[in-house]
Amino acid sequence: MAAAILHGVGATTPLSSVKYNNSRRSLPGSGITERKRASFVIQCYGSLSSGLNIGINRAVKLSTNAVATKQDSVTASTPSKPGHELLLFEALREGLEEEMERDPWVCVMGEDVGHYGGSYKVTKGLADKYGDLRVLDTPIAENSFTGMGIGAAMTGLRPIVEGMNMGFLLLAFNQISNNCGMLHYTSGGQFKIPIVIRGPGGVGRQLGAEHSQRLESYFQSIPGIQMVACSTPYNAKGLMKAAIRSDNPVILFEHVLLYNLKERIPDEEYVLSLEESEMVRTGDHVTILTYSRMRYHVMQAAKTLVNKGYDPEVIDIRSLKPFDLHTIGNSVKKTHRVVIVEECMRTGGIGASLTASINEHFHDYLDAPIVCLSSQDVPTPYAGTLEDWTVVQPAQIVAAVEQLCR
Amino acid sequence: MAKIIHNPLVLSSSRSAEKSESCCKLSGPTSFMSSKFLGNKLLSTNSATSPATRRSAAVVAVSSDVVKEKKLKSSSSLANLLITKEEGLVLYEDMILGRAFEDMCAQMYYRGKMFGFVHLYNGQEAVSTGFIKLLKQEDCVVSTYRDHVHALSKGVPARQVMSELFGKTTGCCRGQGGSMHMFSKEHNVLGGFAFIGEGIPVATGAAFTSKYKREVLKEDCDEVTLAFFGDGTCNNGQFFECLNMAALWKLPIVFVVENNLWAIGMSHLRSTSDPQIWKKGPAFGMPGVHVDGMDVLKVREVAQEAIGRARRGEGPTLVECETYRFRGHSLADPDELRDPAEKAHYATRDPITSLKKYLFENNLANEAELKAIDKKIDEIIEDSVEFADESPVPARNQLLENVFADPRGFGIGPDGKYRCEDPKFTQGTAQV
Repeated sequence: MAAAILHGVGATTPLSSVKYNNSRRSLPGSGITERKRASFVIQCYGSLSSGLNIGINRAVKLSTNAVATKQDSVTASTPSKPGHELLLFEALREGLEEEMERDPWVCVMGEDVGHYGGSYKVTKGLADKYGDLRVLDTPIAENSFTGMGIGAAMTGLRPIVEGMNMGFLLLAFNQISNNCGMLHYTSGGQFKIPIVIRGPGGVGRQLGAEHSQRLESYFQSIPGIQMVACSTPYNAKGLMKAAIRSDNPVILFEHVLLYNLKERIPDEEYVLSLEESEMVRTGDHVTILTYSRMRYHVMQAAKTLVNKGYDPEVIDIRSLKPFDLHTIGNSVKKTHRVVIVEECMRTGGIGASLTASINEHFHDYLDAPIVCLSSQDVPTPYAGTLEDWTVVQPAQIVAAVEQLCR
Repeated sequence: MAKIIHNPLVLSSSRSAEKSESCCKLSGPTSFMSSKFLGNKLLSTNSATSPATRRSAAVVAVSSDVVKEKKLKSSSSLANLLITKEEGLVLYEDMILGRAFEDMCAQMYYRGKMFGFVHLYNGQEAVSTGFIKLLKQEDCVVSTYRDHVHALSKGVPARQVMSELFGKTTGCCRGQGGSMHMFSKEHNVLGGFAFIGEGIPVATGAAFTSKYKREVLKEDCDEVTLAFFGDGTCNNGQFFECLNMAALWKLPIVFVVENNLWAIGMSHLRSTSDPQIWKKGPAFGMPGVHVDGMDVLKVREVAQEAIGRARRGEGPTLVECETYRFRGHSLADPDELRDPAEKAHYATRDPITSLKKYLFENNLANEAELKAIDKKIDEIIEDSVEFADESPVPARNQLLENVFADPRGFGIGPDGKYRCEDPKFTQGTAQV
């Protein structure tokens, strides 16, 4: 199962059409916030297209002056601190290293995490610094070393178990389901399991069906665990730290294609909340809920949508279990339309659960049925063209929003 | 119906002599060191025997009168007895506690006080007592679903175990675990697992923590973990994976196989290509020892050595205890498959009777003292049933209490507050 894992991740670029750079034009009247650093800024002045149907009640009033991102003054900015630039996998490593430095009970275990530095270099250099026992190279025995991590967590350690690819954790399902999630409850609260299980998942670049799995849909029913998905260097580091400090078992989903994202993150220490979602772009017309890699497809679609005069609100839900119903709810109450864009399969994915949850809680606020865009119920094919069609592409998102806002 | 090829008297006496030799000649660390030595010796014995004897030699869990005789001889000829009087009484009391408790469980089950799957330990007491009575409180024990007696031996009060079985809130797991999930943080009982093999990695993890404390945190830690599991588990991947990791990192763990020959209705010999489980230890680089699990003193000797090895940092040991369960797999098992002759045979090797005999013959205790212990245990058991009966059942608000160590894991509700801050939440009426 530890087959051709590429360490040449540098060869893949997540999105060819999006440039990430540091230059940004600040909008008058608002400071650049910490949270906004991940988003790119494009200013455009669209014009109303004459063919729009403005007469119908449910139609969306399109703006003439929409911007792809809006800066909101949620948190005060500290422009004096420069921050430092790094790639997402480095951000994960930074978070991990800071926590290992802070707490000697934090340790890492997984395949090739030690001497090899991790198949995606997340643990590079840590074994040299902390030794072979704290950064443990395990044999290829997922079920057993995950169970070992759980036993270690029960007896005081705070292990981070790396699945070389999330798909390999299918072999650890026994331990994750039965022990990881359940033992705190079954023991009547006597033993806590502060374990972090992390690894890359999702559809990559022609990695084949078995290396392109989305395990968040399989794990979501397990009681007693929390699941988070990171999507930017900023939230990757913050979520990593939060997950390690949490006394609950947390599964941190990373994405194979996002490891080389570059961003400037703050120098000072920060920890994000595991249960909160991230407002990527505020808007009025439609709420687009997404996470992980699909966030970038959504933002690309948002660019197009803005050009067409729409004003989407984009939320990166980040917390896959439990859902942040507050942020999501407030958004639904404002826009009354929801599009969910996810990479899970159509059947039984995170989107399916989210749809049910929103319908249950915010049904009265919806003007239209929720649209859920998911991957096809298909084992990810190898061929590039087929693979592109299994996941949701920006054009589909644009079409869905247009349809919804008609 | 498959009959076990199981004829005690046909056993090649040289074979059993080897085995009992390995059990009895425990002079010191060196006896475990050369696991290869043990393996090789027996292998060469095997090849020298004819096919007929080899077939019967493959039959694992057979007592031979040779072994019994040897035991009597050794006990009377040894200058020093294997145990002192105090130790003897402790062992006796622990085994009686286990036996009486399990018998009471059966009664209570049939009276409708406990439900579900209940797996009783009758007959195997020597293994639990022999091993666990050598442990400190900080040492960890991991077991399977047949875990009542392991918990009791480790020190969990009978009241708490009985309450747990009755599903009351005063149980060791607040009634949330049940028969198959006995946990105790105070006494370091790490479960209680329903799926076989599932506990072995957890035990490996506990041993890893011990090693971590010693080598990374530089603490003075010599805590040992015991993993108990059965013969059926020894065909499971987790078993082998953990043998590998434990030997690789020299973890302070002892793998104790309670080979009672039966996995529900599957005979060990029908499911295992090489039924001699102890041999699988040397394959991974640790000593494999076979011991008569119906004899608490033999088990204790082997345990002493194995636990000592682990404490000294010399690594894991695989101990196969040849034992037998007098009752069915669980209280739902009619136990019709096993040969009555086999059951009768093992009934004669009841570990409690054997220990009693030893104590009398070596003047370590008299009838009155043992009867006093019997009575004491009866009272403890009666008290535990009373306590469990009178304890309250869990209230509705207990339902969601221990799902998360950090209850913020329930998330943020539509009103912006954490769900766990919702007063209705503790009442169990809030929607999650």
